Amino acid sequence: MDRSIPWAALSGGRSSTSSRSADRLAATCVWIAAAAVSAVFFWLLSDLVRHGAGQLSWSFLVDAPSNAGRAGGIGPIVLSTAWILAIALGVSLPVGLGTAVLLAEVTSPEAIFGRLVRRSLDVLAGVPSIVFGLFGNAFFCVTLGLGFSILAGGLTLACMVLPILIRSTEEGLRAVPAEYRLGGAALGLGRFTILTRLLLPAATPGLVAGVVLGFGRAIAETAALIFTSGYVDRRPESVFDSGRALSIHIYDLAINIPGGERNAYATALVLVMILLLTNSVASWLGQRLRGQHLHS
Amino acid sequence: MTTTVSSRIVSSRGVPSAAVSDGALARPVEIRTRSLSLIYGRKPAFLDVSLDVPRHGITALIGPSGCGKSSFLASLNRLSDLLPGCRVEGEIHIGEIDVLDPATDVVALRRRVGMIFQKPNPFPLSIRRNIELPLKEHGIRQRAEIDAIVERTLTEVGLWPEVSDRLGSPALALSGGQQQRLCLARALALTPEVILLDEPCSALDPISSGVVEDLIASLRGRYTVVIVTHNLAQARRIADRVAFFWLRDGAGRLIEEGPVDAVFDHPRDELTAAYVRGARG
Repeated sequence: MDRSIPWAALSGGRSSTSSRSADRLAATCVWIAAAAVSAVFFWLLSDLVRHGAGQLSWSFLVDAPSNAGRAGGIGPIVLSTAWILAIALGVSLPVGLGTAVLLAEVTSPEAIFGRLVRRSLDVLAGVPSIVFGLFGNAFFCVTLGLGFSILAGGLTLACMVLPILIRSTEEGLRAVPAEYRLGGAALGLGRFTILTRLLLPAATPGLVAGVVLGFGRAIAETAALIFTSGYVDRRPESVFDSGRALSIHIYDLAINIPGGERNAYATALVLVMILLLTNSVASWLGQRLRGQHLHS
Repeated sequence: MTTTVSSRIVSSRGVPSAAVSDGALARPVEIRTRSLSLIYGRKPAFLDVSLDVPRHGITALIGPSGCGKSSFLASLNRLSDLLPGCRVEGEIHIGEIDVLDPATDVVALRRRVGMIFQKPNPFPLSIRRNIELPLKEHGIRQRAEIDAIVERTLTEVGLWPEVSDRLGSPALALSGGQQQRLCLARALALTPEVILLDEPCSALDPISSGVVEDLIASLRGRYTVVIVTHNLAQARRIADRVAFFWLRDGAGRLIEEGPVDAVFDHPRDELTAAYVRGARG
């Protein structure tokens, strides 16, 4: 039952004529800007569909590539991508969550330590991915001896995704009203209960936004993976094998393989579809989790 | 033989007696503070407050905004621990608990001393879960027992007829007054001895405010209630005793305290007289 006054219904009414034309101009500008953004997305998508949809089939998704990717499918590449992403998110989620809780709940916003960590994260978030690739190669592949492997690639991506994940989760936690903390403490709830039962569920939208952004950055990543997970297009046997990610496959087909454009388009279409799908699933899941929490 | 029904002007030399004289009936002291001060960094919220709160009565803290009443309340259940840079000095005894002793179990203290805030703050959970969560935290896990407590406390605050058929719906969908009563039910579920109320009616509409006020008045005789209020008429209606705070030299001070009629009708201090008359504050 919503008894609030429908102020939105007033948006059509205007009093003075001079402000009316200014309003109209502003509204037009805003609409044009919004339309332009959507237009770019739809143009991109329709281009992908036009050039790539013809190649799409079940066998394209599961078959191994042949003739350097000009023919065949992308089965092993989808598999490698899934493993790399699973490692990246599997490592970055717990670490990110822990750090966000530390920053938002344990240290005060003014504390030197918290400010230092936050500043480093902001810098890290802006570091070009090729730098992460070089670091990942030097540290995971060489120093830790993982070589060109899915594990090294996944860990490198985890480092890239962490800043995004931490910052958005931290913002989510900070946005939780202080009343929950005070009210919980006044009832003698322990810090852990307040965190797990009240704060984290309330911060779920922030966490989901972080995961979506992080996932998007990870699945689109090319430069950092060339040096770490490599570009072997065989089906990986374990996480210690080298594996080619979708984005690298697109890059390779488009740049190095004459006649690979059609499959590059089809692969790009698959990539964008995965991205759209995970975004919708994540936001649906986030809402559902929140709803469940409210009603439980 | 003379019975003294009068208020006490509080000065640093005066130390109140062990039992609070409440006219004909003397009640044992439940909360006793001595030279209590709370300081945020360098800024004192209130200084040198010595107050005895009688058991199972309603004590109202009155005075203008910013004179330390809410901070005083927050020191009683050590909620002040949560505020960064906050220091509490002096003595607080609630029953046999030495509140400010670092060894005191804060969780056990807060179970015995419930608190209601100005803005109703139910958790973003269902109505039932709002009461269940603190119960589980304090070791009550059996479903039948929890169900019984949920029904008993919601009945006690008059919410049961309104919500018994939708205990699973979100507490945030309730009206402001209902939310505040749910918060009270949630606090009562832990069977506290003391209930601290920080302007519990000021964020509510007049009708809800009246309902909550009646509810608070009904707690008399069963719980020790300390209520901060800016509504002098409310203090007069529900309180047994009144403590008047005032800002002096940048810090809150307890100026005068005593039985409600004595403070309102025969205040000893001129500040109190001006404040209750509505001439100041």
